[in-house]
Amino acid sequence: MEDVVLLKGREQFVRQKGERHQTLPISCGAESVAGCVSQRACVYCGARVVLNPVADALHLVHGPIGCASYTWDIRGSLNSGKSLYREGFSTDLREKDIIFGGETKLAAALDELIPKYQPPVVFVYSTCVVGIIGDDLDAVCKAAAEKYGVPVLPVQSSGFVGTKSIGYQTACDVLFKLIEPPTTKLLLRRRPVINYLGDFNLAGEAWIIRSYLKKIGIDVNVVFTGDSRYEEIRRAANAELNIIQCAGSMFYLAQKLEEAYHIPFMQVSFLGVEDTADSLRKIARFTNDPGIIRRTEEVIAAELRRVMPDISGYRTALSGKKAAVYVGGGFKAISLIRQFREIGMEVVMVGTQTGRREDYEIIGDIANDGTIILDDANPAELERFMLTQGADLLVGGVKERPLAYKLGIAFVDHNHDRKHPLAGFEGAVNFAHEVYTTICSPVWNAVKGGVVRGDL
Amino acid sequence: MLEYTPKEMIKRDSGGMINPAKTCQPVGAMYAALGIHSCLPHSHGSQGCCSFHRMHLTRHFRDPIMASTSSFTEGASVFGGGANLKTSIKNVFAIYNPDVIAIHTTCLSETIGDDIPTAIRQSEIPEGKVVFHANTPSYQGSHITGFSNMTNAMVTYFSETKLADGKKEKFVNIIPGFVNPADMREIKRLTEEMGIKYIMFPDTSGVVDSPMTGKFEMYPSGGTTIPELKKTGDAKFTISLGRFASQMAAESLEKKCKIPFVSLKEPIGIKATDEFLMALRGAFATEIPESLECERGQLVDVMTDTHFHFHGKKVAIFGDPDVVTAMTEFCLSLGMLPVHVLTGTPGGALGSGLGGFEQEVKAMLNEAGVCGNVKAAGDLFTLHQWIKNEPVDLLIGNTYGKYIARAEDIPFVRFGFPILDRAIHPYMPVTGYRGALRLIEQISDALLDRCDRDAADEDFELVM
Ligand code: SF4
Ligand code: SF4
Repeated sequence: MEDVVLLKGREQFVRQKGERHQTLPISCGAESVAGCVSQRACVYCGARVVLNPVADALHLVHGPIGCASYTWDIRGSLNSGKSLYREGFSTDLREKDIIFGGETKLAAALDELIPKYQPPVVFVYSTCVVGIIGDDLDAVCKAAAEKYGVPVLPVQSSGFVGTKSIGYQTACDVLFKLIEPPTTKLLLRRRPVINYLGDFNLAGEAWIIRSYLKKIGIDVNVVFTGDSRYEEIRRAANAELNIIQCAGSMFYLAQKLEEAYHIPFMQVSFLGVEDTADSLRKIARFTNDPGIIRRTEEVIAAELRRVMPDISGYRTALSGKKAAVYVGGGFKAISLIRQFREIGMEVVMVGTQTGRREDYEIIGDIANDGTIILDDANPAELERFMLTQGADLLVGGVKERPLAYKLGIAFVDHNHDRKHPLAGFEGAVNFAHEVYTTICSPVWNAVKGGVVRGDL
Repeated sequence: MLEYTPKEMIKRDSGGMINPAKTCQPVGAMYAALGIHSCLPHSHGSQGCCSFHRMHLTRHFRDPIMASTSSFTEGASVFGGGANLKTSIKNVFAIYNPDVIAIHTTCLSETIGDDIPTAIRQSEIPEGKVVFHANTPSYQGSHITGFSNMTNAMVTYFSETKLADGKKEKFVNIIPGFVNPADMREIKRLTEEMGIKYIMFPDTSGVVDSPMTGKFEMYPSGGTTIPELKKTGDAKFTISLGRFASQMAAESLEKKCKIPFVSLKEPIGIKATDEFLMALRGAFATEIPESLECERGQLVDVMTDTHFHFHGKKVAIFGDPDVVTAMTEFCLSLGMLPVHVLTGTPGGALGSGLGGFEQEVKAMLNEAGVCGNVKAAGDLFTLHQWIKNEPVDLLIGNTYGKYIARAEDIPFVRFGFPILDRAIHPYMPVTGYRGALRLIEQISDALLDRCDRDAADEDFELVM
């Protein structure tokens, strides 16, 4: 690592595990250095990502056009009913609005949209400019809510007030406002009912998890926020447990629900066979119901019988290959380290955009010696470490894909561009399959071969 | 999808957008800046914008798109971003070591009114390195305006006259407009075939379609160099292609260095390509070489072979104004009826006495006797409503058209920017005679595939 030039001020964000080198803690959650080619997004982006899957909501972006354009249906959150969330609404602020304020235009947009679409709930996102010109979002939303009798909720997500994580929190606050005190008598229910937090139903992943839980005798009350509806969200307090998949985005909501309604929560992970089985067991144990515990073991056993032959096949093919991981949240990174072990691969570099200190501590514990650990990396760092660490594959998001390809390194999208589910047992097979197809693709032969100049 | 769009046209007084047909200035500025050799675009604002813009370009070009950001925080947003910018410039040169930094502003830095030139002047800029800027507030215009502003900044910062008064060198400046790198390559090839020297700016070929080498090059070999940009001030004349994206820079160059310019359509389709080559021929008194005559002849041959595929077919076209105008002209030349033509970019305000987008397209339609809807600063909700009221046989536009195509079950040809869901487009030119051949292939395939799909068994034929 010594020979790698790090941007001044970035030294505290990179560590290599092992004796010879400095050890953890790593800096994280800090502001990026000015002038970085940062992979990070903004508060608005975080809030939008979390709230957008609420399928029947009208999502109105108050700001100039770009912020809405880029987030119009970019997340492949699937849904099972009407899909108002997939339309792109923006107030498209113009110069005049910036000078005289955008409140009138926002009110006019709400007047136009609410009667037309009759949404059960409206989210109004503020962007940077709105924060600066100081539009009173609360007042405009309140007036519209009174006028039309639907909740119109301001999402204070001006991008500059922080990173994506702050946006997650903002979104959680908004969701919390929608949740009503519990109504049903929990004791009267025959099956336990839980909420599933931090799954945005990319490629239908939330449906897979819901189906496992159903098989073992547990009902999912509401998923936050994959394929969710306003009515379901309102009833979220009627659950006896919250399980959280993506902690980065939903930990805060779980905490708030515990405080307000005494709903306990637990962190789960459905990435990889091992984590999925462990998580199901944890949930089953929580219910303290022998029937559920037994059925859980049956479900796990049946799923393992189904998927393990495939996974072992891939393991044989992939044994000894090295992976680099650069993802949004810390918990995903942790799961991926374990998941790669399942298929015989070693993680040699691991980084996140928004990992928390606790995440990095766990990563530090489970990573092999020599692993590079980094927070809020930029492409130059990713490139250097992938090369020095000899990675065969990178797991990342949209912006990292072409970077890996240019280096002749295989790639798996673990962000919004994936087309098949990567969660649960079948997701583990998909993941192994995807890793296999990209690492073992014959295209890399073309990359390595090349035509020597003058040979033809 | 789009089950919410009603057929009856509703009043839309708020001025808001439903399913936008445009995006914001910085992404265009970023793209233009990538067309300078060894240049790192720098986004002066908060991280989110930069991250979105890079993501958008990355998805379209499927190449790593590099750009740095001033990473505004609350402090910078309240007290001004000058200090952030100076730190950024220092850091960028220290770490990423580009030859050029091209700064563009965002809504945020524009609204707080950061004075970019002053910040640049107060920065430490290493010997031989260059920093320049364009103002790109997104609450004006669109990504096309951003491209135009950044291209204009190339002229105002760099172009200079070296020769004695009135003397000009024998080469042409070509401003290609917001098109794919393959189109820039094709326009250069045509110019070379004519035997004419040129400077193209910006030129993203070789930058966003760089070859795979097994190495990651932060600054691939393509792009217009700074010496070339300087030299633009000595050209014989300038051709600006696409007036929304390119004309402003051509005008500045005329004002600054007395270089006359012609403003042409993007050379998409036979007529616009003819006009491009004629302009070159006229200015340099050369002949059109046989190679190009041959290409044109092939195109005409194919147009005759296929004209009955197109005749009388109704088509809706949307996207960026420059390519939409040219595409409309091409569709008319194939005998199609462009009954709905729409751009998200506001049209006209930028026009320099040339009339707006709507006027220009309407004039073309009138001349051909076609009656159609035309709108600038529109959105896809409007387009969808039009189509519900007057259905079309074909939709031509960027990726976002796929929703309408699906909702209304219309064949769809992807064209323009951005194309996020299909590969290869940036590598295949739609300009020039060869580009026109490709468009014909795509359009006629889409129409005929549809015929085959819909044909009853007894009508299904091998030969069409
Ligand atoms: S704030 Fe302005 S520059 Fe940034 S994404 Fe939104 S519209 Fe574009
Ligand atoms: S303007 Fe602000 S809210 Fe919009 S994308 Fe940029 S950083 Fe995010």
